[in-house]
Amino acid sequence: MNIYNRRKIASKLMCAAAFLCAFLTLVPLISIFGYVFAKGVASINLDFFIHLPRPVGEAGGGMSNAIVGTLILIGLSCLWAIPLGIIGGIFLSEFGNNKLGTTVRFTADVLNGVPSIVIGIFAYTLFVLPMKSFSAISGAFALGIIMIPTIMRTTEEMLRMVPRTLREAALALGISQFRMTVSIVLKTAMPGILTGILLAIARIAGETAPLLFTAFGNRVWHQNLTQPIAALPLQIFAYAISPFDDWRRQAWAGAFVLIVIIFLISFISRFVIGLHYKLPSSR
Amino acid sequence: MEERVKVLNLNAYFGNTRALKDINITIREKIVTAIIGPSGCGKSTFIRCINRLHEVVPNTKVSGKVLLDGKDIYSADVDPIEIRRKVGMVFQKPNPFPVLSIYDNVAAGLKLNGIRKKDYLDEIVEESLRRAALWDEVKDKINASGVSLSGGQQQRLCIARCLAVKPEVLLFDEPCASLDPISTSKIEELILELKKYYTIVIVTHNMQQAGRVSDYTAFFLLGEMIEFGKTQDIFTAPKDKRTEDYITGRFG
Repeated sequence: MNIYNRRKIASKLMCAAAFLCAFLTLVPLISIFGYVFAKGVASINLDFFIHLPRPVGEAGGGMSNAIVGTLILIGLSCLWAIPLGIIGGIFLSEFGNNKLGTTVRFTADVLNGVPSIVIGIFAYTLFVLPMKSFSAISGAFALGIIMIPTIMRTTEEMLRMVPRTLREAALALGISQFRMTVSIVLKTAMPGILTGILLAIARIAGETAPLLFTAFGNRVWHQNLTQPIAALPLQIFAYAISPFDDWRRQAWAGAFVLIVIIFLISFISRFVIGLHYKLPSSR
Repeated sequence: MEERVKVLNLNAYFGNTRALKDINITIREKIVTAIIGPSGCGKSTFIRCINRLHEVVPNTKVSGKVLLDGKDIYSADVDPIEIRRKVGMVFQKPNPFPVLSIYDNVAAGLKLNGIRKKDYLDEIVEESLRRAALWDEVKDKINASGVSLSGGQQQRLCIARCLAVKPEVLLFDEPCASLDPISTSKIEELILELKKYYTIVIVTHNMQQAGRVSDYTAFFLLGEMIEFGKTQDIFTAPKDKRTEDYITGRFG
């Protein structure tokens, strides 16, 4: 009985410790969100969403160009990074049990750890210098490079989790390897792959450093994709370090909008994929 | 009874391990042939050679001939995909596709090969589910997920999925290993019904099951086929000492 009691007390203590740790990890998350909300929400109004930035000294104005710019940059990056990442992940999981696979895997992991500003310089050299102009596409190129390793490695992991028996069931029906991979394996792993894509989007949505010398930022509407484009993180950065109270308030509002955008992207895609696959939306 | 599958000097390897040693066997049409033997004796490997599924595992090799209707399925001009459509397979654990509905599970083999005509698919799906004795249980929830069914129903769904591509030969790899006795007897009844239309090979650990469903039985041991004959003869008057030891439970 004595041992039993001791075990019960130890169990309670460990339970409390686990709960405390879980709570402590939530504190920074909630406080950041709460603080940004408190500071930013006051400056949010319709003008903020539909107006361009005003010159210093004039009150009002908004970040409409930066909001749209960020969405364009995210969209452009996804356009090339998602297919490349997923196809790369398929290669790694289905055909990557060899030297080439190991090399690709290692390179992807290293790339994942490369500071984003270095990737910015790379995009600068490759796009901005030859084109003699900062541009949306150079920004999307840099952001896409940041996305690829995350998407590729999650896709690989998720495809590997699809049991071999399912692949064999498909093959035994006389389904080609291509159709099996696309219609059975990829489909089964889709919720997990989506999680990887969302993580990658969340990461690039807030990236500032690689955009400093690629997308560059813009105080007016962007003209086309080969011209500089505004982005929320850049705008937040510029406004937050400015000496003007009005701008700093708008920086908080921008930060809040950025968080909401990431949240919405995440929420909507989970909802859509949930409709299609009727599977638990997270692992 | 016509000869359907003729296996000549079949050897199968995993890396350097020889899992099957010079197997020779003739499987006749529209009867049930059971493969019995202790774990690891090559029973599953053997039937996986008949639908060319052995080779999808990395580092494996097959030598010898498997004649399906007189044509060697391992000759260079044969597409393994064609063979797998003619030779269906039901696995040890029910493995319906979790992201597909009951309907789409059955239609998968056709749909994923480009057949889109809805009337035709509807017809095949119903016919296959009826043949697998599952139609009455699922006809009202044909769009529910395949994994929402019970284990025994899932296995019959896998059988229906197999039948939908209109195979000639059906391979069962311990189809009842993970099922309860009631589901097992349903599958056994089904096998007896299906042998009217298909040539069936069943791998089983359960000797009573072999006795109940099969007409011919082959006994495998350590990658070799020890004895092959009418099920009745194998169980009542085995010629080989090792067969007798196995079926009387002295080892395995």
